Amino acid sequence: MAFEGLADRLQSTIQKIKGKGKVTEQDVKEMTREVRLALLEADVNFKVVKDFIKRIKERAIDQEVMESLTPGQQVIKVVKEELTTLMGGEQSKIAVADRSPTVIMMVGLQGAGKTTTTGKLANLLRKKFNRSPLLVAADVYRPAAINQLQTLGKQLDMPVFSLGTEANPVDIANQAIEQAKNNHNDYVIIDTAGRLHVDNDLMAELQQIKADVKPDEIFLVVDAMTGQDAVNVAESFNEQLDITGVVLTKLDGDTRGGAALSIKAVTDKPIKFAGMGEKLDELEAFHPERMASRILGMGDVLSLIEKAQDNVDEKKAKELEEKMRSASFTFDDFLDQMAQVRSMGPMEDLLGMLPGANKMKGLKNVQFDEKQISHVEAIIQSMTKKERQDPNLMNASRKKRIAKGSGRSVSEVNRLLKQFEEMKKMMKQMTNMQKGKKGKKGKGMNFPFM
Amino acid sequence: MSFFKKLKDKFVNNEETEQVSDKYKDGLTKTRSSFSSKINDLVAKYRKVDEDFFEDLEEILISADVGVSTVMDLIDELKLEVKRQNIKETTQVKEVISEKLVEIYYGDDDEAVEELNLQKDQLSVILFVGVNGVGKTTTIGKLAYKLKEEGKKVVLAAGDTFRAGAIEQLEVWGERAGVDVIKHSAGSDPAAVIFDGIKAAQSRKADVLLCDTAGRLQNKVNLMNELTKVKRVIEKEIPGAPHEVLLVLDATTGQNAMSQAKTFSAATDVSGIVLTKLDGTAKGGIVLAIRNELEIPVKFVGLGEKITDLQSFDAQAFVFGLFADMLEDDDQPAK
Repeated sequence: MAFEGLADRLQSTIQKIKGKGKVTEQDVKEMTREVRLALLEADVNFKVVKDFIKRIKERAIDQEVMESLTPGQQVIKVVKEELTTLMGGEQSKIAVADRSPTVIMMVGLQGAGKTTTTGKLANLLRKKFNRSPLLVAADVYRPAAINQLQTLGKQLDMPVFSLGTEANPVDIANQAIEQAKNNHNDYVIIDTAGRLHVDNDLMAELQQIKADVKPDEIFLVVDAMTGQDAVNVAESFNEQLDITGVVLTKLDGDTRGGAALSIKAVTDKPIKFAGMGEKLDELEAFHPERMASRILGMGDVLSLIEKAQDNVDEKKAKELEEKMRSASFTFDDFLDQMAQVRSMGPMEDLLGMLPGANKMKGLKNVQFDEKQISHVEAIIQSMTKKERQDPNLMNASRKKRIAKGSGRSVSEVNRLLKQFEEMKKMMKQMTNMQKGKKGKKGKGMNFPFM
Repeated sequence: MSFFKKLKDKFVNNEETEQVSDKYKDGLTKTRSSFSSKINDLVAKYRKVDEDFFEDLEEILISADVGVSTVMDLIDELKLEVKRQNIKETTQVKEVISEKLVEIYYGDDDEAVEELNLQKDQLSVILFVGVNGVGKTTTIGKLAYKLKEEGKKVVLAAGDTFRAGAIEQLEVWGERAGVDVIKHSAGSDPAAVIFDGIKAAQSRKADVLLCDTAGRLQNKVNLMNELTKVKRVIEKEIPGAPHEVLLVLDATTGQNAMSQAKTFSAATDVSGIVLTKLDGTAKGGIVLAIRNELEIPVKFVGLGEKITDLQSFDAQAFVFGLFADMLEDDDQPAK
């Protein structure tokens, strides 16, 4: 991305004032300026930023920061705490109506991802809560929108209610509820057409649907990449429909997602779910704290740790660390490690979660191709046991055999061998650093708060 | 002649262009009223050009998604200019502001309207790329209609084989525009569809082939590689093609649009931008920075859901749309 993370930038501001012994009000001002920039670059609305900075300044000029030994980190901490508070607690609950069916209305601008989210939400309701939802195709305007929902219904093996494109969306919604009652569907999710918040006719249509079906939830679906306009959209939808929650989509992209903060600030409605991919099971509960880190550009350390805890075998990790330290790391360990890392999700996602990862030498523009990882695996698997233990055995004819066995070229085999050697060296360095040789700045990973 | 006079002459005194600028004004009414009324408020609020004035101006521009760094550069330049010209009154600053905005957009280039690069006597291939939900398929439908109205024979290739309902959506647009759609079944290889599209367009002696692709987030490396492959297939079939790679950007998008422009350019060598959904309240200010930094021009703007709601982009008209209120205000005191 074009901008560096806030943590990195604040570091440089701190550098300037280090050695001063005391942090002055002017320094705090400078630091909050960086925070302001970071928030604006993350697309948080400027009005929201303004209020926010005011609060931060008050707290930062307070004792807790001024007298701290690490004022820079203190500022980030204060900012993160404030951000997390502002975003509210975790709220991935969905209403349950006293009398079945529970009705959910999906609303939002064009292209936000309403139809896809409708499918994902239905999938979640069935999988996690054992519900049987009815999907309602009330988008009669966009060409093939009904078709899209029907295809999703087929993929999920769930019923889709449609009256074609000639019917009135209000009638569609009403009749769908009747059908749900008859067929014992306990949830009804109404996929409405995307519309501009300033389109009075279409907004009136939503109000009419709302008045008729009395939904238990109205979810505003918002693209995480939305810029400054997010406040206008959210404010307007909320005013006209009194939404009950927000779903943030396309959060698997590389956007900072400052819109989340803007929306929360102007509507005070919880962000309940986040769309994390195109597959139908990629709808996750929204984590305010992680979002705060992300907006600040500190990386999603928490998510990473959690993922690692879920997937990495502790004992194996210990063994591995020992091997890394003693540099007796072999190709077998490498395979093992790769398998573990891969089980945590796509490599690029993992890297994206590391703070400062984009600043690490050599990692800056690395693009991970999952296929290449498969190639590496193939090459290693074509080695004999002995070769895996001791790469020094390699000679031209062995390399040729390995290349043939894996279907890759000899130069690829060579490259892997070289990379492996370099990796071993790097591991040694890193583990040495962990053992307490600090002071070598700029090398290795820099985790704030860890 | 002053900048505003030039704009006015171009748009107010010319009936033909007046229609165009009316379209812009219609589509951009909300944009304009929020943006330039703010500038007017600002000018009315402050008599003097001082720090507070610049701070407010900065916020107005940031709220248009112009982007913090671009805005800061602009403000710095403005400050210099104000000093140089010894400007004290805020009313005089208005003109400098819009001049600078147009300057950011054009850089050192000629202020020419960017035309589509269409071949005279062979098939022109236009590839559409972009993230999910920006309006690629809709834009293709609109452009197909526009080109057909201009007397071209157009064929569409349904290269979005991934998203549910995408092929059907393109088919509906094909019907509306009255052009043929080449498709495979859902889930098939997009490169193969586009290969067939080229073959079909050639045998039908079409002038233009518009290729749809599935929306993809720019950080998905595999999907970006797939796009590069699609482009390679086109290159192989017709040397020099695709003649245009159009990145479709949603005007609602914030700073991430820059990342989109960079990554899609790296993968497919983007030649132009279509800025969609400008009929809402979003301002799409990021295109200024994209043009300035990556030199990718905006070629079309989407101003609504109707098939006729696609307009050629004209930066001066765009700026005129943003500043129309101010221009009209300027007339009154002079009389």
